Amino acid sequence: MGILDKRTTEREVVAELFDGMTLGIGGWGSRRKPMSLVREILRSSLKDLTVVTYGGPDAGLLCAAGRVKRLIYGFVSLDSIPLEPHFRKARQAGSFEASELDEGMLQWGLYAAALRLPFLPTRAGLGTDVPGINPEIRTVRSPYDDGEELLAMPAIELDAALIHMNRADARGNGQFLGPDLYFDDLYCMAAKRRFMSCEKIVETSELSQLGSMHTLKINRSMVDGVIEAPGGAHFTECPPDYGRDEAFQKAYAATAKDEDAFAAFKSRYLECEDEADYQKAVQDAREGASA
Amino acid sequence: MSDIRRSEICIAAVADVFRGDGEILASSFGTVPAIAARLARLSFEPDLMMTDGIACLTANVAPVSGAEAEDPIFEGWMPFRTVFDHLWNGRRHVVMIASQIDRFGNHNFACIGPHEKPKAQLLGMRGAPGNTIHHTTSYWIPNHSPKVFVEKVDVVSGVGYDRAKALGERSARFHEIRRVVSNLGVFDFDTPEHSMRLASTHPGVSVEQIVEATGFELAIPDAVPETRAPSASELVIIRERLDPANVREREVPHPES
Repeated sequence: MGILDKRTTEREVVAELFDGMTLGIGGWGSRRKPMSLVREILRSSLKDLTVVTYGGPDAGLLCAAGRVKRLIYGFVSLDSIPLEPHFRKARQAGSFEASELDEGMLQWGLYAAALRLPFLPTRAGLGTDVPGINPEIRTVRSPYDDGEELLAMPAIELDAALIHMNRADARGNGQFLGPDLYFDDLYCMAAKRRFMSCEKIVETSELSQLGSMHTLKINRSMVDGVIEAPGGAHFTECPPDYGRDEAFQKAYAATAKDEDAFAAFKSRYLECEDEADYQKAVQDAREGASA
Repeated sequence: MSDIRRSEICIAAVADVFRGDGEILASSFGTVPAIAARLARLSFEPDLMMTDGIACLTANVAPVSGAEAEDPIFEGWMPFRTVFDHLWNGRRHVVMIASQIDRFGNHNFACIGPHEKPKAQLLGMRGAPGNTIHHTTSYWIPNHSPKVFVEKVDVVSGVGYDRAKALGERSARFHEIRRVVSNLGVFDFDTPEHSMRLASTHPGVSVEQIVEATGFELAIPDAVPETRAPSASELVIIRERLDPANVREREVPHPES
């Protein structure tokens, strides 16, 4: 695999991950999550992960599977369902260490790591219980005449980052075609190893025809591996390629309150051979529903 | 106007929290605040800015229910990164829902019980810490009860006045909790120590009823006015323009007479 061709697979990526690592997962809530990579982690034996995320079903599924030792997050939501029910269940069981932050602090931690700074100052979190929940967080005093005391958000350094884009080329240039990049560039810049799945791999020359130059926010120095994963964000949304699969998400959410239903969900969708097998199961279910 | 509903009183009261705000981003959570911010924008605060809830600022006002929505006119791009920049910059007033709130306006919607192992996980911190320290915040409480108005919140997600004071004047200089509106009344912090004060009771609600439903000692002035009713033109906007399907009544049922 030369540098001009970074194409790889979910299986090869997950083989590089290791127990106890800190893993950043891009997207936001139930939006453009690298779910095919999350599903591959669920098929592996990876455990004791520290997961950093603007959480959605990535956090819910990994927590429900007992793979998370510590979660660093601002929220875990399915958007149309405000609270991720599998996350809630795992939280109420006390099954992982919950490093809960303000949403802006999480960005600041990733940004500090991306810029290789030990921390970035902010007011967000001051006066709340965030520092109490995260006792490693300290404050810093402005060295200038104002002397203002600020919260020193420590860098959140990642061992690896996983993101999902609409389009990419084989060299690792990534393109988002939806309304929001979220913080996917920061995840990549904060990480030692960076893996990007995408709906479709295209020629580099096609990228600027598919969207304006402003959509090309992931450059190839930020990416080590590219995975073509059509439907890879399912059941989260990936506009304009597809919206959220609300029916699927609703059924997934309902399994948090029903052990048997969750067992059936797992056997049908998580114990698949591979991603193609998963996509086929989703397709079969869809056809079954419309037949 | 004897047919004015409790939900409509609440909407006018929440709209009033934006009075004087001018050209800032009005963000709202919950049905009543969503209608209220739009009402303010369509009547007395025409410069307020709003988003489509995704990533764009919209120049026109979408209804909350029922009516045919016209196509949004986008006047700006506001992805989450810009939202954080914007709110740290201060040009925003948010109305958030509180699961618990105390006498000094400390707010919790993160969890109930100890944070290590909560009895009930709620939304989490979300943006409340950054919001409350950077710009004006108001709260909407659709179900006023001693379980919500508590002596001490289990976890502080939004900064109250006592904690802001402890931070010192400089760190807390952008902190402002303008008002708390519940289904029973309107509250502010206009006391020497910035503790919560009863500002008005909604029509048909007594001071005693509010005291009964509040789990801490409220400051109560000698004369408590009644919350204003929406004007005839505001009622038209609420009923015909913004919420023809009457989803407001689902959040605030009208009290049985």
